Amino acid sequence: MSLTDDTRAKAQAIIGRYPKSRSALLPMLHLVQAEEGCVTPEGVAFCAEMLGLTKAEVGGVATFYTMYKRRPVGDYLVSVCTNLSCQLLGGEEIYSRLSERLGVGHDQTTKDGTFTLEHAECLAACDFAPCLTVNYEFFDNSSPDAAEALVDALARGERPAPTRGDAVGTFREVSLQLAGVAHLAPAITPPAAPVVAATSGPADGEAG
Amino acid sequence: MPLTPVLTQRWSEPEPWTLATYERLDGYAGLRAALAMEPDAVIQLVKDSGLRGRGGAGFPTGMKWDFIPQDDGKPHYVVVNADEGEPGTCKDAPLMMTDPHSLIEGIVIASYAVRCSHAFIYLRGELVHAGRRLQAAIDEAYAKGYLGKDVLGSGFDCDLTLHRGAGAYICGEETALLDSLEGYRGQPRLRPLFPATHGLYGCPTVVNNVETIASVPFIVRHGVDWWRSMGTEKSPGPKIFSVSGHVVRPGQYEVPLGTTARELIMDIAGGIPGGRSLKAWTPGGSSTPMLTGEHLDTPLDFEGVMSAGSQLGTAAVIVMDDTTCIVRTALRLTEFYAHESCGKCTPCREGTYWMTQILQRLEDGTGTEGDIQTLLDTCDNIFGRSFCALGDGATSPIVSSIKFFRDEYVAHYTTGACPLRAASVSA
Repeated sequence: MSLTDDTRAKAQAIIGRYPKSRSALLPMLHLVQAEEGCVTPEGVAFCAEMLGLTKAEVGGVATFYTMYKRRPVGDYLVSVCTNLSCQLLGGEEIYSRLSERLGVGHDQTTKDGTFTLEHAECLAACDFAPCLTVNYEFFDNSSPDAAEALVDALARGERPAPTRGDAVGTFREVSLQLAGVAHLAPAITPPAAPVVAATSGPADGEAG
Repeated sequence: MPLTPVLTQRWSEPEPWTLATYERLDGYAGLRAALAMEPDAVIQLVKDSGLRGRGGAGFPTGMKWDFIPQDDGKPHYVVVNADEGEPGTCKDAPLMMTDPHSLIEGIVIASYAVRCSHAFIYLRGELVHAGRRLQAAIDEAYAKGYLGKDVLGSGFDCDLTLHRGAGAYICGEETALLDSLEGYRGQPRLRPLFPATHGLYGCPTVVNNVETIASVPFIVRHGVDWWRSMGTEKSPGPKIFSVSGHVVRPGQYEVPLGTTARELIMDIAGGIPGGRSLKAWTPGGSSTPMLTGEHLDTPLDFEGVMSAGSQLGTAAVIVMDDTTCIVRTALRLTEFYAHESCGKCTPCREGTYWMTQILQRLEDGTGTEGDIQTLLDTCDNIFGRSFCALGDGATSPIVSSIKFFRDEYVAHYTTGACPLRAASVSA
């Protein structure tokens, strides 16, 4: 439905980067996720058709990788590292606090569609432990209080600046970056202009 | 402090990631020098330097390049493994964020040496910020003629594509990475055949870690003798150590290979905070057997760590103090391997699943005397019995923690609780 001629043009640009077209599958799955909020059956069919693969072949790949979501993700995907270096310094306490605050467990989304919580495996930020990411933007040296304040701010529609970037994008905007076609799309919303209200549901932030 | 900033020397400069800063600080001088040499001479130089892979295995880089068959009529590929995710390892992300051009320069030199005209960076998907930084640097390098057609007027063409993964630790294994880059599930391939002859699209391929490739411009620019003036005979050069966990100053420290763990943990990283004492540490990420305070004088080079019974791995030193429950640590890491096992090989897929169950009951105090032996037997049946090293790595925290802290395992099932938690409650 939201896979348009524009999506097709982006997919063609991705395919053009590789000596063999199938190499475009991972970025294309990020692309359909950017357009639809998760990897839908339509997204799988789209990739299969464009690459001359079967839907089973595409589905087999899509289900292998953690970052491809099969259910709609909230506006903010909150990933808390609980692997060893973070665990030693309180990563599990952060996860528990957020789980309590948001009322959801691993890989679950709040009823209003604002947050999806997940416990993440090592995010390669061990020297800044404990860390978490929001739509893959890093918040280093966190704590249960800091993490709770962060989701509270996000729920109010603010977009606190991450440690290593300008702003937290929507899940769809970040997926477009992962597809490597973000330069064909509108720039990431600057931090001063919050566009996501806490109650806006998962259909926010049209990136395409 | 014996820090030897080489790869990290630009990190403290203002905006080190820009091409302007990079060029001001000797950037792309290595590439110019390499392009004035014959490709085979560049390979020989890297061989002579003794540079060993920084991604975990420590394989001699020049030898890897030399394995690429020449005049075979096939395209050759250089693929950079930027799928950083080994627990404790966090050196490549800051390297790509602060000094992305050193990686790009190294890629162009490597491509020139092995006659590759299309290189790839396989970047871990979650590192979105590093992807932005890298893509901006790649665009700059194209604009200034360091990438693309006729690099610096040499007649050599080199394209570079940034490819982002999608969340799978296993794709850091080089053959799984190649399958993933080809658009498949990231599962390791049976070897032989090796990537040097049958890699990406079945063509000769060099797969190198970010830090390995980023070392190359410095070696070309400053020479073999300079490189070998740091480190040891068999493990020459400086190395970025990621120090995390219970230390006063966690961070990335570039020191000569062969620096002792005592210097690194106790001096450079400031020792254990809060007056507590060291209990255990990993020398090279969670997949390397943990060591204890008795091993602090181990020289951190490939040979030294091996003779202490572990591996240098990615030089990711995770430090655990005396409040750390070792059973909980083993459980958490085993959960990680169970989650990340790609499922291709039965011993790894099933073994990590069942070991998680056993460690869970040991940790909550409902384990039995037989559980320790079952864990060791299971590890025996995983180690060396899978396609890749993920299964081997999964056995490391269990076998090493039982070796050094068996009493703590026993205390869990004899008292029905974690002895450390009991101690902290009564204290």
